[in-house]
Amino acid sequence: MLIQVNGTKREADVDPDTPLLWVLRDVFGLTGTKFGCGIAMCGACTVHVGGQPRRACVTPVGDIGEQPIVTIEALSGSATGQALQKAWLSTDVVQCGYCQSGQLMQAAALLDAKPAPDDADIDAAMSGNICRCGTYGRIRAAIKQAAVDLPPSAKAP
Amino acid sequence: MKPVVTGFSPSRRALLAVAAGVIGELAVGFRLSGDTAVAQTAGAPTFQPNGVVRIDRGGVVTLISPYAEMGQGALMSVAMLVAEELEIEPSDVRIEHAIGDNARYVSPLLGEQITGGSLSLRGAWKPMRQAGAAARVMLVEAAAHTWSVPAAACHAEAGHVLHPASGRRVAYGALVEVASTLEVPQDPPLKTGTLRVVGKALARIDSPSKVDGSAIFGIDVRLPGLRYASVMACPVFGGSLRRVDHAPALAVRGVRQVVELPNAIAVVADHTGAARKGLAALKPEWSDGANASLDTAALVSTCDTALETQGLIAETKGEPARAMGGAKATYEAVFRLPMLAHAALEPLSCTAHVRPGSCEIWAGSQAPGRARNEVALALGLSAEAVRVNNLLIGGGFGRRLQSEWITQAALIARQVDGPVKVTWSREEDMRQSSYRFHNHSRVKVGLDDRGMPASWDHRIVGPAVMAWFLPGYFRNGIDLDVTGGAYGPYVLPSLSVDFVRNDPPSGLLVGNWRGVGDTRNGFIVESVIDELAHRAGRDPVDYRRALLEPGSRILAVLDRAAMEGGWGNALPRNSGRGVAILSAFGSHIALVSQVDMDEQGRIRVPRMTCVVDCGRAVNPSIVRQQIEGGIIFGLSAALFGKITVRDGQVEQSNFHDYPVVRMNESPAIEVIIMDSVEEPGGVGEPGTAVVAPAVLNAIRSITGKRLLSLPLDPTMVQPA
Ligand code: FES
Ligand code: FES
Repeated sequence: MLIQVNGTKREADVDPDTPLLWVLRDVFGLTGTKFGCGIAMCGACTVHVGGQPRRACVTPVGDIGEQPIVTIEALSGSATGQALQKAWLSTDVVQCGYCQSGQLMQAAALLDAKPAPDDADIDAAMSGNICRCGTYGRIRAAIKQAAVDLPPSAKAP
Repeated sequence: MKPVVTGFSPSRRALLAVAAGVIGELAVGFRLSGDTAVAQTAGAPTFQPNGVVRIDRGGVVTLISPYAEMGQGALMSVAMLVAEELEIEPSDVRIEHAIGDNARYVSPLLGEQITGGSLSLRGAWKPMRQAGAAARVMLVEAAAHTWSVPAAACHAEAGHVLHPASGRRVAYGALVEVASTLEVPQDPPLKTGTLRVVGKALARIDSPSKVDGSAIFGIDVRLPGLRYASVMACPVFGGSLRRVDHAPALAVRGVRQVVELPNAIAVVADHTGAARKGLAALKPEWSDGANASLDTAALVSTCDTALETQGLIAETKGEPARAMGGAKATYEAVFRLPMLAHAALEPLSCTAHVRPGSCEIWAGSQAPGRARNEVALALGLSAEAVRVNNLLIGGGFGRRLQSEWITQAALIARQVDGPVKVTWSREEDMRQSSYRFHNHSRVKVGLDDRGMPASWDHRIVGPAVMAWFLPGYFRNGIDLDVTGGAYGPYVLPSLSVDFVRNDPPSGLLVGNWRGVGDTRNGFIVESVIDELAHRAGRDPVDYRRALLEPGSRILAVLDRAAMEGGWGNALPRNSGRGVAILSAFGSHIALVSQVDMDEQGRIRVPRMTCVVDCGRAVNPSIVRQQIEGGIIFGLSAALFGKITVRDGQVEQSNFHDYPVVRMNESPAIEVIIMDSVEEPGGVGEPGTAVVAPAVLNAIRSITGKRLLSLPLDPTMVQPA
């Protein structure tokens, strides 16, 4: 099976019903995408498929086709991603860090869709991502910070 | 030169303190080995004066952290303490986890290589600074020796030794060889006065790798030839495997092997996806054993029955029986706390490679030295034949103090050719936890004519986890963790605390959970005191004030929280405030929580104000993080946390039936840190302990109703 991950075409010799998560982590060695629940309840495995946030744990690799996949390892390839990573660091968001790949990928999708999200937008977009270390307040602040920092040219129309 | 890597030894006093179960303030001693300290590896000398600091010829400083990083900022805190004394920047160091070795890496406060009990920083405070200071002293001496000048004329600064009189300056790396030949100072002087690093809200050194996906957690280990396994233990506690047909799993593409253990099956494959699919295809037959009909109702009723038994007296003061007899009125309440799972976001995962006569483990453990010993025992090896590599932990909360999951991986690996990574499903993680067990309490208070407590009688029914986990905290049949904090920080004229031991049925693993005993007793004590205030017709803050020692740190914290939290300010109808305080883990904390309720009785927690006196805040930003995180963790438990058992199995399985607080339910939290130069206190757990009472006290203020059980039962909550 051929899929395009972070700009590179890669081959995986797996059943088509294999969740994308395990192909990324175990076959391709992209361990930045995390496993938390396996049933789309926690968001730890969030990646972008065709520009949309998707839970890799419930996305069969056979359904992806031509759609490009972006994982946390390539998040810094976009202005949004860079702004978010910077804001995450300046806001001291990270505790154990295990949820943060998924949080960042989800937040990037939010900012791409809504460059100036309010609290309700953040609640709606981010409540599928669990953080057991309780970094929610800082994630909220960091998303707002990144929204301010993003150069206007990088913002979606 | 003798190749020795010296390390930690707890002082005799610390060990005695552990043996005696003293958890309070300790001046922790720390003995650096008197041997000439050299770690000589293959002709490339590195300077390693102790188990913590290693400097190579290129000047690269590596710190080896005996404490595991599980989100609490242990690596950053260790880096800050060592960097302070070694005159470098925390951002200049490489930091790695120590391997599992109880002899070499001992937490001075626990007598073992354990990360828990909010004790890391408290244990590290002096030893880690001394580790840095010892290295600094030796580097300065080495430079002085090289230049033939007195050491007193030289000093260390920014990774160099300077001799101001001659303007000479040399980098640490160039001094490695000479420094390695010097005697390690026994009691190196620590800096006094203004500190350069400690006390600054510096950004954590582990953050960058956690925002770009490059951080390697236990679950992320990759090795040549690695296989991946998914495992399932008998769902009934203590049950065993009768038989299983391997064929359905072996028919799955990528599956290599099915491994049987006495109480579990594992499927080994080329990737975890195939292993999980293979495991799901199996139809194991289990022998359920003695717990086949166990359920929560039976566990609860056992606790209730035990509550009728006189327990072992843990503490008394004054003449409680006489004071109770002479009381003008009494208040009595029974509190029931549920079983809880930790549900850290990273499911348990351990990689093991068993070779003839040896075993290597990769896992994120809060007790890697103990894991090493347990694996050795299980495999019939000496501890020296087992190496435990410790990795980043995606949330610990006490679950990873146990090592049975590491031993399980080793036993699976023994049947596999090459290394194998065993990753638990979320369902397995939820159903095979080391649960916080049921805990019931009866508090009876004798009141004087002003409604103040004249006598306090607290009976606690709980498991004696410490009897086997840390016997130093189990004395005369009493679990000191369960009974600690049984009357809070209050000064009471007479009291009695007794403990009725109630261990779980064999096969059901229970253990430590963030906040430990204080999370249970903090809820109970702060509920009782709050109720007494309401009954006396007094303001809950004023009532508490009257029971606290004048001039105490906890009183100052309470006053500040009342002020910052807007205590007494008007609120809309069906909104209320609750307060809770705690002195524990060497820290003092007060939380004011607002609760809003709608007409249906649904509650929302919009904001919380928390004031903490944790002594000197080594990194105020990490302190804030820990308090915020502890509060969210406690809020999840207060609102939703409940593990129930039916037919000997845990009923919950994942985040849909064991919900946790999410972004939309997360309050705005303000954390205020009191200025202090006292010894640092723990901050990982106190936040968790004060949440449930603050929230339930706020509900009491709205509804007039006292809730005595956790989690919050929404059917019991109606606006007044
Ligand atoms: S692992 Fe995919 S949502 Fe939890
Ligand atoms: S930072 Fe630990 S789960 Fe979010």
